[in-house]
Amino acid sequence: MTAYLLKRLATAIATLVLASMVVFAVLEVLPGDPARLMLGMNAGADQVELLRDQMGLNAPLPWRYLHWAGGLLSLDFGRSYTYSVPVLDLVRERLAVSLPLALIALALSTIIAIPVGLFSAGRRGQAGDTLAMGVAQLGVAIPNFWFALMLIYVFAVWLRLVPAGGFPGWSAGVWPALKSLLLPAVALALPQAAILARVTRSALVEVLNEDYIRTARAKGLPYRAVLWRHALRNAMIPVLTILGLQFAFLLAGTIIIENVFYLPGLGRLVFQAITQRDLIVVESVVMLLVAAVIAVNLIVDLSYAIVDPRLRSRQ
Amino acid sequence: MTLHMDISEETLGGILAKAFRNSAFVAGFAITMLILAMAIVSYFWTPYDVTKLVIADKTQAPSLAHWFGTDHFGRDILSMTMVGARNSIAVALVAVGIGMGIGVPLGAFAAARGGLVDEALMRINDLVFAFPALLSAIMITATFGPGAVNAIIAIGIFNIPVFARVARAGALAIWPREFILAARAAGKNSTQITVEHVLPNIATLLLVQGTIQFALAILAEAGLSYLGLGAQPPMPSWGRMLFDAQTRMVVAPWMAIFPGMAIVITVLGLNLLGDGIADILDPKSRRRR
Repeated sequence: MTAYLLKRLATAIATLVLASMVVFAVLEVLPGDPARLMLGMNAGADQVELLRDQMGLNAPLPWRYLHWAGGLLSLDFGRSYTYSVPVLDLVRERLAVSLPLALIALALSTIIAIPVGLFSAGRRGQAGDTLAMGVAQLGVAIPNFWFALMLIYVFAVWLRLVPAGGFPGWSAGVWPALKSLLLPAVALALPQAAILARVTRSALVEVLNEDYIRTARAKGLPYRAVLWRHALRNAMIPVLTILGLQFAFLLAGTIIIENVFYLPGLGRLVFQAITQRDLIVVESVVMLLVAAVIAVNLIVDLSYAIVDPRLRSRQ
Repeated sequence: MTLHMDISEETLGGILAKAFRNSAFVAGFAITMLILAMAIVSYFWTPYDVTKLVIADKTQAPSLAHWFGTDHFGRDILSMTMVGARNSIAVALVAVGIGMGIGVPLGAFAAARGGLVDEALMRINDLVFAFPALLSAIMITATFGPGAVNAIIAIGIFNIPVFARVARAGALAIWPREFILAARAAGKNSTQITVEHVLPNIATLLLVQGTIQFALAILAEAGLSYLGLGAQPPMPSWGRMLFDAQTRMVVAPWMAIFPGMAIVITVLGLNLLGDGIADILDPKSRRRR
């Protein structure tokens, strides 16, 4: 187990390092000179050159990579070209919107999907199962940003229950802030819930065919108890795998959803930074997202061992 | 005991008979054909000209003259939705083609060689998977400029590791089989075996994955176009239409409803088709999603 842990950790770190090289290399070929962008079109060539020197843009490539990567490790992300504030402050501020959004969406998706999966698997082949899986099939096909527009139309324009967009900030109080995250979270969560419900159902159906389920039933356990205690736990591995993947989807999904709802989150920050050629912000945020994906996948892999004791003892 | 049966051993008639009893396949096939027909018809005929702006008719609600209403330039939404199908299908088709064309040979090669080659290819795969696909697609299209071609490349790149992984997993299951051993004994090399025996046996798997990726590519293209990074005006695209609709939700909700429904129906059709094919050709390994 320890050997497995170490090997898994080593691959995660190697992937992270490689990813950082890729991000750095890709942004090197991005057209547009940040120094020229900061000074505007009227600045002289010598002025631009001076600023390039100050920003360290003229240093050799490997040195700049090491400087940047070292900065990331010590949480010094540099200064944004367009906002002229430390990237770390920018990220921290935006993360206060995106992280709660992604977590609420993940929680919503799980809370909806697992019971639906249990319901369907318990009634497989019956009308309830067909209906639930039909709805899930539809949910998988719905683009989250279109769903978001429909939600805005119904709940913000028509019923006027929630704001159509924008974010008052956490300083305006927890409820107003949560209220403006509600529709975006639902828009993000429902298509993911549809996928997760289908995975949960098929994993459960597979487990329900096992001999030990029949044994549990034969010894007199009620069906409900068998479903929850024996089947769900054994079906958790594929469910956890998809949950981990969905975290990456949710993070990326915030880019579009935050644009729909005008939320000042990480996704909107990176989208604007790309269009404004604010390379240092793009680099930092992309690395942060990639690190989050790698970390979540690592956690998912390790959690298999917690869910399934058989994996713990295996060498 | 069930006897293992390869696809080739079943008669075409038998497969077709099964196909028409499979409701997911029938529904998916019908929807997919309908969307395809809509795209083809749009080349010859649309109710109105999508390039002509009639400002006097702007943001009209759905009526007999304009079934889906008109947009802010007075263009007919039904006509635009029809023409938009072309863009979605073309982008998705080429993107999946790129993914299959590069990913399948890579995966099959990794499975045939094994060892270090396999390990290296799979690590590169892991690396690509660490990047949220949409984020990278945005970076690529923003770097090389927005447009349908760059959208195709951006979506295509992220299809490569998916097909590589599926092809490798499928091929690894085929290699230990007896008929591969027989082919080896007959003196065939690993490339010949891959082309003649492995690929035909994983074709179903690839076809099913192909329909899934096609559906995902349509969603991704719509997302990129919605952000203004996909097909550029005046070429109508479903994502772009939704972008135009967003600020006009209060006055003209139909501008958002119909292109969105076109996306949902297309993706639903493809997913049903994939489910159906998987069921018909290999009932044991039902696709899990």
